[in-house]
Amino acid sequence: MNTTMQCAETGSIPARPAKKRYNMKQWAPYIFISPFFILFAVFSLFPLLFSIYLSFNQWEAASGVEAMQWVGLDNYKYALSDPWFLRSLGNTVWLALASGVPQHLVAIPLAAFIHNSFKRSRNLVIGIYFLPFITSSVAIAMVFNTLFSRDYGQINVLLQWCASLPLVGGLFPAESIDWLGSSLFIKPAVAFVIFWRYLGWNLVLYLSALQVIPKDLYEAATIDGASKRQQFWYITLPQLRPMIYLAVTLTIMGNLQLFEEPFVLVAESSGVSQSVMTTAIFVYKTAFSSGDFGTASAISWLLFLIIASTTWVNNRIFSRNERREAK
Amino acid sequence: MKSSILGAAPLAALTLAAGVAAAPAAVPPAAVLPALAPATITVASFPDLDRAVKTALPLWEKLYPQVKVKLVSLQIDDHHNSMTTALAAGARLPDVMAIDFRYVGSFAESKGMEDLLQPPYGAGQYRARFVPFTFVQATSSRGTLGAMPADLGPGTLFYRKDLMDKAGIKESDLTASWESYIAAGKKLKAATGTYLLAGASDLADIVIRANLKDGEGIYFGDKGQVLVDSPRFVKAFELAKAARIAGIDARTVAWTGEWAEGFKRDKVASQMMGSWLSGHLAKWLAPASSGQWRAANLPAGALASYGGSFYGIPKKAANKTQAWEFIKFMTVNKDIQLHSLKEIGAFPALTAAYADPMMDEPQAYFGGQKTRLLARDTAAKIPVIRVDKFDAVARDIVNMELESVLAQNKDIKTALADAKALITHRARR
Repeated sequence: MNTTMQCAETGSIPARPAKKRYNMKQWAPYIFISPFFILFAVFSLFPLLFSIYLSFNQWEAASGVEAMQWVGLDNYKYALSDPWFLRSLGNTVWLALASGVPQHLVAIPLAAFIHNSFKRSRNLVIGIYFLPFITSSVAIAMVFNTLFSRDYGQINVLLQWCASLPLVGGLFPAESIDWLGSSLFIKPAVAFVIFWRYLGWNLVLYLSALQVIPKDLYEAATIDGASKRQQFWYITLPQLRPMIYLAVTLTIMGNLQLFEEPFVLVAESSGVSQSVMTTAIFVYKTAFSSGDFGTASAISWLLFLIIASTTWVNNRIFSRNERREAK
Repeated sequence: MKSSILGAAPLAALTLAAGVAAAPAAVPPAAVLPALAPATITVASFPDLDRAVKTALPLWEKLYPQVKVKLVSLQIDDHHNSMTTALAAGARLPDVMAIDFRYVGSFAESKGMEDLLQPPYGAGQYRARFVPFTFVQATSSRGTLGAMPADLGPGTLFYRKDLMDKAGIKESDLTASWESYIAAGKKLKAATGTYLLAGASDLADIVIRANLKDGEGIYFGDKGQVLVDSPRFVKAFELAKAARIAGIDARTVAWTGEWAEGFKRDKVASQMMGSWLSGHLAKWLAPASSGQWRAANLPAGALASYGGSFYGIPKKAANKTQAWEFIKFMTVNKDIQLHSLKEIGAFPALTAAYADPMMDEPQAYFGGQKTRLLARDTAAKIPVIRVDKFDAVARDIVNMELESVLAQNKDIKTALADAKALITHRARR
């Protein structure tokens, strides 16, 4: 547009190379930024749109794209009437709560303790807690499979040693517990591994928030005679509220999509694997065991709706509390 | 049809180059081999089947130096998931696809695989050379053949003779009937403290697939009806429950660390599975107890097929001619089939291999027993079992209900009725 106007004003025809240079300049930013958009379109946008389309189709994937058949809302109706889907939702919520709530209840006081007690060695301590978060899930599965082993696991060895102690021995089970083979214990065992893995992540979040709380607040509270416990309840916790909101939101989103830990810890062929079959695992099984990719996509979108609404409820709870405090 | 290497007389004289120390005595003259265009074919496989390909490659390279083979191997479930995804996308497909028995129903049913009965393949001409049920397993409801059988798993009872001797148990006590098998388990537990079974579900699993009628499916009937509330399943669940109550199972799940440790630490004295388990026992499950294991027929004269492997060609494969020659090389070639038996314990699906003297060889791991003869006789009697693309789903559901029966005392009839309802729903029948 500018080029045309310039030509009209001067009445001369601009030299060809100049025009080329000008166009290059005009397009250069888009070319430089294009890798992101291309990658986003290929790996995010297309799968997203394809998955929506797929959820309205029945598709036996091994027969190729030609085998798709439009079925409207059938996949959604079918998923909602599937007992395994409802069961998987129940498992997901159970594991999300059993592993998610303790993560924060432990991470907040632990972060405060590390923040106040460790000076030079703080980073080392944080690193130790953070290590499980970056460890390969396969390695975790191997270690915990060994630890939880009914006959050869160290956890049962420890429990049996405790059971042999005088006085308190009666509090511990005398028989080995089948942690990963019994429907009663498998859920707590898997929840513990998730808790262990993500505690360090939340700890880092809370420690970073603790570092920006003004020290003046604590100094003033100390002068006013507030105890350490009072300082924690009336200064630390309220100041951490924005970070608690973020961390809880991330936990909700992460825990409702749980896949790796129960998947790698429990043998798929085991009858008890259904006790820790999360919705994400059910999506995987529906797609790859049943070969029903359409229903798997529909379940994914139902899961998305659940996560979005839970996050919205969480947002409302936090913002209501904030409004109440502002008044 | 192009002339096949399999019909070439000189090949019979070949000694396999790989694993078999001596080099081939003679490579057939080029005239008897089909003229294959130069190419690199991709063979997608999984452990341990990939070793069968690896060790056969030197001979393949001698026969067809112009056709290179690129072997890609993933863990068994990852491999099949990856192949499903590749078929869905119609891209990055291998030329030859290995398929495990558990997945052959869904892959054969898929329209993404070549029908090997059609020209230029004409696999029908080889049908009579294979154990009959293997071809049926890879045949779709449309009558197409999705894959060629490579090996099979005649159901076998493996047991520890030394432990049985200690408890005064004879082989006939183990095999006479399911009841005598459980009674022997009690005797063994009392005398040695050893479990007879790794898991009660193993017992149910083999009873479920034993003594089927020709043409019957494990979980689905000929009209697609769900069979899981039939007397066969009731009996399987009752026996598993009886084994659990008798305390003769170690309550472990196959292929887990705990399951493997049971064999290593002499805590489990028998295992019912496909004959190919012999390779796993000798190589990594229980190498220390070499000479102590024996193989026998399944209890109560049960006949069951337990696993097997196949090779197919995706419709969108790039080098189908070369791929088909390679599949024939792996499946219709007696020497290669026997080589796989020797290397990985994969029992040949090709009956021509059954007449080989190798079948008669005593196995040191089994105290000199001729276990291959036992597997051969079983294979010949196994009925033709129809597979269904929802077999894997049905198996999951049945396992879940069995666990409820074993661990939570759920009523067997209720459990099977629940399983039937759920399978009917999942298979949309």
